Amino acid sequence: MKKILLAVFASLMMVGAVSSVQAASDAEHPKDLSWGFEGFTGTYDRGALQRGFQIYKEVCSACHGVKYIAFRNLMEIGFSEEEAKAIAAEYIVAGDLDEYGDPTERAGKLFDYIPSPFPNDIAARAGNNGALPPDLSLMIKARPNGADYVYSLLTGYEDGHEVAAGMSYNSYFAGSEIAMGQPLFDDQVLYADGTEASLEQMSQDVVVFLAWAAEPTLEARHKAGFKVISFLLVLTILLYFSNKKVWAGIKAKKKED
Amino acid sequence: MAGSNYQPKSKLGQWIEYRLPIFSLIDGLFGSYPTPKNLNYWWSFGSLAGIALVVQIITGIVLAMHYTPDTSLAFASTEHIMRNVNYGWLMRYVHANGASMFFIIVYVHIFRGLYYGSYKSPREILWMLGVVILLLMMATAFMGYVLPWGQMSFWGATVITNLFGAVPVVGDSIVAWLWGGFSVDNATLHRFFSLHYLLPFVIVGVVIMHIWALHQHGSNNPLGIDVKGPQDTVPFTPYYTAKDLYGFAVFFLVFAYFVFYNPNFLGHPDNYIPANPLVTPAHIVPEWYYLPFYAILRAITFDIGIPGTDIVFITAKFAGVILMFASILILLVLPWLDTSKVRSAKFRPIYKQLYWLLVIDVFVLGYVGAKPPEGILPTVGLIATAYYFIHFLVIMPILGKKEKPLPLPESIANPVVKSAE
Repeated sequence: MKKILLAVFASLMMVGAVSSVQAASDAEHPKDLSWGFEGFTGTYDRGALQRGFQIYKEVCSACHGVKYIAFRNLMEIGFSEEEAKAIAAEYIVAGDLDEYGDPTERAGKLFDYIPSPFPNDIAARAGNNGALPPDLSLMIKARPNGADYVYSLLTGYEDGHEVAAGMSYNSYFAGSEIAMGQPLFDDQVLYADGTEASLEQMSQDVVVFLAWAAEPTLEARHKAGFKVISFLLVLTILLYFSNKKVWAGIKAKKKED
Repeated sequence: MAGSNYQPKSKLGQWIEYRLPIFSLIDGLFGSYPTPKNLNYWWSFGSLAGIALVVQIITGIVLAMHYTPDTSLAFASTEHIMRNVNYGWLMRYVHANGASMFFIIVYVHIFRGLYYGSYKSPREILWMLGVVILLLMMATAFMGYVLPWGQMSFWGATVITNLFGAVPVVGDSIVAWLWGGFSVDNATLHRFFSLHYLLPFVIVGVVIMHIWALHQHGSNNPLGIDVKGPQDTVPFTPYYTAKDLYGFAVFFLVFAYFVFYNPNFLGHPDNYIPANPLVTPAHIVPEWYYLPFYAILRAITFDIGIPGTDIVFITAKFAGVILMFASILILLVLPWLDTSKVRSAKFRPIYKQLYWLLVIDVFVLGYVGAKPPEGILPTVGLIATAYYFIHFLVIMPILGKKEKPLPLPESIANPVVKSAE
């Protein structure tokens, strides 16, 4: 039984490892950081989440959307209902049609999704030198080692390399030429909680926020997993001994023979 | 399936049994059903596969309540399930990882059959129904992977459906027919959803026949010898219900690890990028359970024709398609390719080693399938593909005639080798 389990588990880990290996690309392998949301008991650091949201709002959102996040979701990262409402009210969203059937606009509410900076992909390309800034809702899950990758990218800009006009050099990006200029610099934002806004700090914070945006149910999942696995462990032990007991007669007879 | 004389004790039970003999049917299936008493844990994978199928159907039905099979909404509705539906993330991760679990169980189940000769007379039809189930599973899983409409969904669907374009003369018509248009698009997604919902129930039907055929002659066993009498068997309940339930619990532990702590490990990051027909992923790979077949598909890199001329009988692409389908269909005739009268590899010293060579060969194929076809890998893939077919087409027929099996034990109850007496 142990042998079988080990074999099955090992082959699953192997197939996963093999199939998730990316095609050989020239991009540098991302830096290996340890994140608070990794591991069996991983959670998102509330301070980092809110600071990360601040980075997103003040920097990233100029070009990138997080279209799967609604203002109500901000209450999940530690904002109060009033704070989330206030943030929503800063945005203008499409309202209902008026009595003449004409479109209207109104301030954002909790149930609205965070508006993306561009109305569509064509407008986004037109405003970004032909490049399309991707939506960031799922970015951390949409790249291998997503958290490490985005952190490495944000901190991996280098000067002094020859690149095409309008491009920047970043060895963590496939092809090393990226259309996004370096977005974060030391002391770019003023953190409300007094944390020093170094490039590394800001990059980490925004990665934590984006990791949550990609997988907001991670904490619930980890908690449920603990209960499920605890239950299954007890059940497995009970069933192991039940099985032994059921077979005891047969096994004893076998030995006598 | 019949053969049980079970009579319910209660009056109501007897009333029902007289009109619909369902209690004796259940008893014949899982109750007094005589089962060889020497089955090891590798035999638990049959009932495990049944549980995995039930898990897929239940989670799938719930997911279908919240999913929208439209190219403009499929990706967003999947995210809606992940974010807004109560325990939607649980349903989807169980379903996605459940597919992988189902395949690993079924692969173990198949390789158990290969080791212990479970496909041999009188269980040929039982085995062939199993191959049909595998084919149906592969079709179902393929279409299911398309539904979230991510980049790998779209490009996987494009690559696999395009394979049929390799068929001479009618290829392009078949592909257009499969697509319902001129590319993988809305019509394709809709029909894949429809079929993805239908096929699992077809699988259930074939599973019932699989179990029916199983009960005709009963389970094979590690010794591969026939049951001689009641001294060789135990009733399925309580012995194998207890054993299988223990197996279930262990299986669910492994399953839970993936669902709760590593849910995307067996998936591909690109499938969290919405499908985009204008951007081809750098490296299109199928799900892990197709990798060995993907390697076989890509094994032939040259057209087959008359050398030195332009005459081509079979293009490289078509040859790959034929081999890929043949690699599964060949299992249908395995009972007749294997000429050995001895079932269990325990008593076939040479086959036992060649069996493990086949296992390694399949892992090599899986590795080649996962990697870009660069450097030495296409050659490795070709050799491994050739070996796969040599194993079944050449080794099995010859080995059965040449190999000298070890002496078989007298019976399951008395597993003493005859010659040793």
